[in-house]
Amino acid sequence: MAKKPIQFQLNGSGQAIFAEEGSNLLDVLRRGVGDLSPKYGCGQGTCGTCTVLVNGEPRLSCLTLAETVEGQSVETTAGLAHGPQLHALQHAFMDNFAAQCGYCTPGMLMAAKALLDRNPSPSREEVVEAISGNICRCTGYEPIINAVLAAAQSGGRRYG
Amino acid sequence: MPMSVKTFAQVDEAARALAASRSARYLGGGTLIMRAVNYGDQSFDTIIRTTDPRLKQIAQQGDMLVIGAGITMSEVIANRETAFLAPVARTVGGPAIRNMATVGGNLFAASPYGDFTAALLALDARVVPAGGQPISLDEFLNARERNAGLVIVSVQIPRLRDVNAFRYVKVSRVKPKGIAVMSIAAVLPMQAGRLANARVAYGAMGPRPLRALAVERALEGRSLDEAGIAQALAVATEGVDPPSDPIASDWYRRQIAPVHLKRLLLGQRR
Ligand SMILES: Cc1cc2nc3c(=O)[nH]c(=O)nc-3n(C[C@H](O)[C@H](O)[C@H](O)COP(=O)(O)OP(=O)(O)OC[C@H]3O[C@@H](n4cnc5c(N)ncnc54)[C@H](O)[C@@H]3O)c2cc1C
Ligand code: FES
Ligand code: FES
Repeated sequence: MAKKPIQFQLNGSGQAIFAEEGSNLLDVLRRGVGDLSPKYGCGQGTCGTCTVLVNGEPRLSCLTLAETVEGQSVETTAGLAHGPQLHALQHAFMDNFAAQCGYCTPGMLMAAKALLDRNPSPSREEVVEAISGNICRCTGYEPIINAVLAAAQSGGRRYG
Repeated sequence: MPMSVKTFAQVDEAARALAASRSARYLGGGTLIMRAVNYGDQSFDTIIRTTDPRLKQIAQQGDMLVIGAGITMSEVIANRETAFLAPVARTVGGPAIRNMATVGGNLFAASPYGDFTAALLALDARVVPAGGQPISLDEFLNARERNAGLVIVSVQIPRLRDVNAFRYVKVSRVKPKGIAVMSIAAVLPMQAGRLANARVAYGAMGPRPLRALAVERALEGRSLDEAGIAQALAVATEGVDPPSDPIASDWYRRQIAPVHLKRLLLGQRR
């Protein structure tokens, strides 16, 4: 099958890989690069667990033609922590029991990160709106919303 | 199936490539096309796209507001020229979908999708294909299957004399994001307290967004109050052909149409 070279930044480091033509970004991240942090849920844009940031904005990687991120910056949950130091959102998710089975968590984290990067002190309503494209099959929305609000309140500082 | 992707710098080249192939599809934001790819759709083996900046412009040209077909819902929300359409764009999908879903793709989205297109229909928009003359959106939608071989460059919206004459509502079961039970868009110009040339369009009330022509006729020369709109409500479902899908049945959509039309016309909060 025809393969095309694609170069992009993933969590700040350069990637150059060959991808099958027509493949989506989720496949390229998981199978090509080996970043297993974005999950495959539905492959049709409905669940949001494959959410990554492209140039800081949330996108569904399962519906993103991989070659459209050529030269762009992609962020996944694998890049949230700095070494052993977790991101404020990750701490807040643990403290607030925001992950049950955890399958929606990577998408929730990225949707929340996009929100907090743009709007460091969102209202509850804005948090609900920001994660409205993400389904939690364990239906644990309240703890997730609380975690995002707690992370915002910590100003990213409380956890280091 | 092996897929090949062809990217063109000029929209005209992309249009020629699309016209020349039966097994090619044009890719906008990809929210529907990539779904098909992921599900192994065998009806196409080539994806055609363009990076032409003409598809990415929003501009006032004379009496027309031009919105490039490649403009996303998020870009509609962020741009001042299209601010009056932000309430419509905000009802399409969730935040990530809005960063991808384009105006051009929405023109082709099957029911119950097409909320943005319903608004364009009420606004009397025209569709500009690559290398062709603008077509009225009514005409374009009536022959949508045939038009699938065209690449759309932009849509043109005649300038609204009064932005407040434009109204829109999307009825969905899930808040804040949910697929349409129906959407309604209306342009309600008033002359000396009477409606003149009102346009009303529905989304998700047929295989594609459609004009509520009987409603428009019944509103002509009437006032926007309970008595003035009574006849329009009585014919609210004339000419509709709603789908029955997991969101709602044909019957349910017909039942609620006059209720939501009434609230929209009277400007009542839901
Ligand atoms: C989870 C989810 C939720 C959604 N929610 C909504 C919703 O609430 N409301 C709604 O209206 N839609 C919704 N959609 C459908 C879809 O995202 C939108 O209709 C969107 O506007 C389609 O645009 P696109 O650029 O992604 O289309 P694409 O997938 O790129 O293309 C769709 C079709 O349009 C054609 N096309 C695209 N651009 C052009 C062009 N410039 N010229 C010619 N043909 C073109 C393609 O060939 C294809 O046939 C949803 C989709 C998903 C996956
Ligand atoms: S896997 Fe992408 S939205 Fe579900
Ligand atoms: S924690 Fe299980 S899907 Fe959200």
